[in-house]
Formats: sequence, structure tokens, C-alpha cells
Amino acid sequence: MAGRMNRDMQAFVALMALGLVAPLMIYPVFLMKVLCFALFACAFNLLIGYVGLLSFGHAMFFGFAAYISGHTVKVLGWPTEFGILAGTAVAAGLGLVAGAIAIRRQGIYFAMVTLALAQMVFFFCLQAKFTGGEDGIQAIPRRPLFGVLGITNDFVFYYVVLAIFAIGFLIIYRTIHSPFGQVLKAIRENEARAISLGYAVDRFKLIAFVLSAALAGLAGATKAIVFQLASLTDVTWQMSGEVVLMTLVGGMGTVFGPIVGAAVIISMQNYLAGFGEWVLVIQGAIFVVTVLLFRRGIVGEILAFIGRARASSAAEQQEVVADRQVEAGG
Amino acid sequence: MFDLIGVPPQALFGQLLLGLINGAFYALLSLGLAVIFGLMNVINFTHGAQYMMGAFCSYMLLTYFGIPYWGALVLVPIIVGATGIIIERLFISRLYHLDHLYGLLLTFGLALIIEGMFRKQFGSSGLPYTNPIPGGTNLGFMFLPYYRAWVVVSSLVVCLGTWFMIEKTQLGSYLRAATERPDLVQAFGINVPRMITLTYGFGVGLAALAGVLAAPIYSVNPIMGANLIIVVFAVVVIGGMGSILGSIITGFGLGVIEGLTKVFYPEASNTVIFIIMAIVLMLRPQGLFGTPK
Repeated sequence: MAGRMNRDMQAFVALMALGLVAPLMIYPVFLMKVLCFALFACAFNLLIGYVGLLSFGHAMFFGFAAYISGHTVKVLGWPTEFGILAGTAVAAGLGLVAGAIAIRRQGIYFAMVTLALAQMVFFFCLQAKFTGGEDGIQAIPRRPLFGVLGITNDFVFYYVVLAIFAIGFLIIYRTIHSPFGQVLKAIRENEARAISLGYAVDRFKLIAFVLSAALAGLAGATKAIVFQLASLTDVTWQMSGEVVLMTLVGGMGTVFGPIVGAAVIISMQNYLAGFGEWVLVIQGAIFVVTVLLFRRGIVGEILAFIGRARASSAAEQQEVVADRQVEAGG
Repeated sequence: MFDLIGVPPQALFGQLLLGLINGAFYALLSLGLAVIFGLMNVINFTHGAQYMMGAFCSYMLLTYFGIPYWGALVLVPIIVGATGIIIERLFISRLYHLDHLYGLLLTFGLALIIEGMFRKQFGSSGLPYTNPIPGGTNLGFMFLPYYRAWVVVSSLVVCLGTWFMIEKTQLGSYLRAATERPDLVQAFGINVPRMITLTYGFGVGLAALAGVLAAPIYSVNPIMGANLIIVVFAVVVIGGMGSILGSIITGFGLGVIEGLTKVFYPEASNTVIFIIMAIVLMLRPQGLFGTPK
């Protein structure tokens, strides 16, 4: 366990080092998009990977938080950092309400309920005045962060977004590896047994749901400032599907899978932007292929491969030892 | 003319009829979902896409082969049902031993593929389908278009026929038995995997039939199924998937409630079904006709 945590932290440090030099080679706005979606996918993964709850409506937190941060910053004139915090807080509140309703059903029903609730939020955003309907909220200003840090410069803002991502990631990581996270995993493995052990399962699920919603909101609120736009796209069921796809491709229930998945899917969308409707077909095909052939996702398959390699080398060593014993005995 | 609670009766009954028609589609689609779920434990996310395929298939039969509406009504469920059988054999059947969530993810992916291909081929704007029974009759308090009456009556007949088949025939008793204990039914010499395949084909056929019925009312459109299926999911959650008759009643009932909301508080007409779902989940989580597990 301790070794595993150590390795994860080494990987995280390596990833952050990569993140620090990445904008020297890659367009920072693209990288910021990847980071926002990576955080979104990590937040989603907290539920599916560690509590076993498939939310098919996470776009409601992502997209609604984007509207809130856009509205507070542009119309109410709030400072950027408060706008992002407001988006996160509202997403957490929405998560509390949606979570309280959704955790009353399990499994497939949970997915359908979250999808329906997200569709309700979509229609609310379509009709509400402050969201700007089909136009969305455009030209959201990028005011200096804390009054001093000029984030109109993409290069500077990238490092801010990297820091936001790192904070979100570490919160999730800490949650997973806490006693609280152990209870969540127990619920995932055997809910009935967790109940019989005396855990208030519903409360654990709800707290995890709110945390996941808040972090998805943090990602959405940040994205609204990055692109200076909050639009209906971010609250659609297609967006909910996209975050499922990212997590599935990267590896559900792995710490780094959602990050890899987000990078892969966002890059793919970038390169295929000219192909129009084919993007939908290709995304669907990736879903089908992943579910049928690589259920563990990219990171999950790599970990499984390493695990197998270790196991077989350990077995070989044992054989060698056994042979020697035989020789010594003979 | 007299007014009812401040609403002209023309508007009220007009919306009620629209509500009944929407309810007919909810009932047909949620029935198919319930039948498939009952036997396979898979929520068929492709259902909306298959409904859309039904509408397009009848459009294509008319445009390319000159086969009229009444022919399509028979042929389309068979054709689209056959594609469903192929999908079940090729993809879904490989996932039965896994968590049910994978079935949901797989069928979601298939829905994206189907929808994307139809959008590529036909664009996102709707295609017209001529009304096979134009005209209507004036009932005094409202104008009743013949085709809309036909949709409500025919879907009611199909729904009740399905209920009769499942609850009252020998085939239905096999089906219900296989829902409870597939291994035991198999031991009695009934080919359960084949039954599952045919059931999936049947559920898909029901969705396609709804698509044929919808083609003359709504324009034939690649995205017609995507938004509808989410509402149908909510309908299924409200009704609970345990009872066939329950799905039918919930489907029609919610359609009518939605129609009434359009009259009295139009702003909420898009969301009323989701709000009812939230209330039902708080009061009776297993759904109106569901049994607690």
C-alpha cells in the first residue's frame, strides 16, 4: 500500500514536471482544455471507480458551474477567483439535491435518474434568462487573479489552471486513500455488507457525490474563464457521455486513467474537427471497442500488463529457487 | 364557447390529444425497454436510435421503393428488429456475464454510431412524410385529425396485445419464467439464449413501430430519438419496470400530464416529467408499479 502510494506520487510529480514544460511545445489553450476535462473526468471517476455509481448526468455540474462563473464574473463583476468559487459552490449545492434524489436507486436506475436530472437542468438553462439561451454567456472577461496576476496572457493562465487541476487531483487522491475512501470501496464491492457493518451507506454515497459534483463544477467554472464562454454545449447529455467515454478509455477506477483518457479524447476531437458528423460515429465506435475489448482502459491495461510481468518474473525466480533446492537436495 | 378554468376548450382538448399521442410513444418505447430489461438486465440505450431508424426506414421504403405507409407498418418492425437481432448476437451477447453497466455503455456507443451515420447521410434537418389518412372530424368541442386518433388507438392495441402475450400465453409464461430463473428454464429444454435474442428483436421492433407511427406527425429527423429516450428513461423510473401494464398506464398518464402542463404552465412542460420523477423517487423509490428489491 505504502509502496503503491509512493509510486503514484512519483508518477504525479513526473506528470506535473511534464505539465510545467508542456506549454513550451504545445498551444497553452489546448492544454488548458485538456486539464479542465481531465479534472472533470477525475471527478467523475471518483464515483464510478471508487463508489461504483455510474452518473450519466455529470454535465449538469460542469455546465451549470460554467454558467454561474460566467454570470458572476461578467454581469455581477465579481473577481475571477470568486466567480470560479461561486461556480464550484453552486455545483456542490446542485450535487447535494441531485445526489439525494439519485442515490435512492442503484445500478442502472442510478444512471437513468442522473441522466434525467441533467436533462432537467439542460431545459432550465435553455429557458432561464441569465444563461442567454442559445447564445450562452459570451465574452466573459479574464480579470487579473487576486487583482494582480494578469491571466489575459494564456501562458500565465495555463499555470494557474495547472495549479487548480493539481489541487483538485490531490483532493481526489487524498479522498480515495483515506479511511472514508476505504468505506466507499467497501460500498462498491458489497453494499449490503457495508450496511450490515453499520456504515450509513447513503450518507457516504451522498458525500462522495457532492464532492464529485463540486470538483466537476470547479472544472466547468475554470473552463468558462479559459474560453470566455459558457454555453448549452456543456450541459447536454452528449457532454455527460463524453466524460464517461474519457474515463472509460483511460481506465475506470485508476488514478491516472481519466487524465490519459481526457488527453486522448480531446486530441482526437481536435484532429477530427474537420470530419463533422464522423466524430460522433468514431466516439461511438471507441465506446463499443473499449467495452468489448479493453474494459480496463489504457492505464488499467498497462497496470495489468506490469502486474502480469511482475507475477511471471516472481514465478520464474521461485522456479529458480526451487530448482536450486532440488539440485542441492540431489 | 364556454371556458374551462380560464382556458378555451379547443386549446385544452387539443393539448390533451397531443399529450395522449406523446403518451402513446412513451408507452410503446418504455414497454420495449421493460421487456428487454426484464429478460436481459440491459438498459437499451440504443432504443431511441432504433425508434429513429423506424421512422427513416419507412421514409426510405416510401421514397426508394414506393412502399406506402401501411406496408411500412408491417415491414419496418421486421427489418429494424432484424438489425436488432444482429446487434444482440454480435455485441450485447458478449456482455451478459459482466456488470449491467457495460451493457448501458455499449448500447450508448451503438446509439452514437447509428445517430452519427444517419446525420452524415441525411443532415440534421427533418424530412417530410405524407400523412396517410389526411382529414379529420369536428367533435364539437375540438377538431380530431384522423391520423392522430389512429396513432392513439393502434398503439393502445399493440401495448395491450403485448401485455396479453406476456401475461396470458404459454410463450409469455416461458418468458416470465426465464426472467426469474434462466438456468432452470434452460434445464427444462427451452433455448434461453435464442429466446433472449428474439426478445431483443421484439423490443427493437416495438421501437421501430413507434418510429413508423411518428413519421407523419413529427418530421423524420436523425436526432428525433435522442431527446425522447431520456424522457422515456424518466417514465421507466417513475413506473418501475416490474409491470407491463404499469409501463402502459405510466406512459399514457405522463403524456397527458405533460399535455396539461402545456396548457396551464407552458414553461414547465419540458421538465414536468423529470420533476414527477424526482418526487416519485423521494416517496416511492421503487417506482409506482415496481416491487422493492
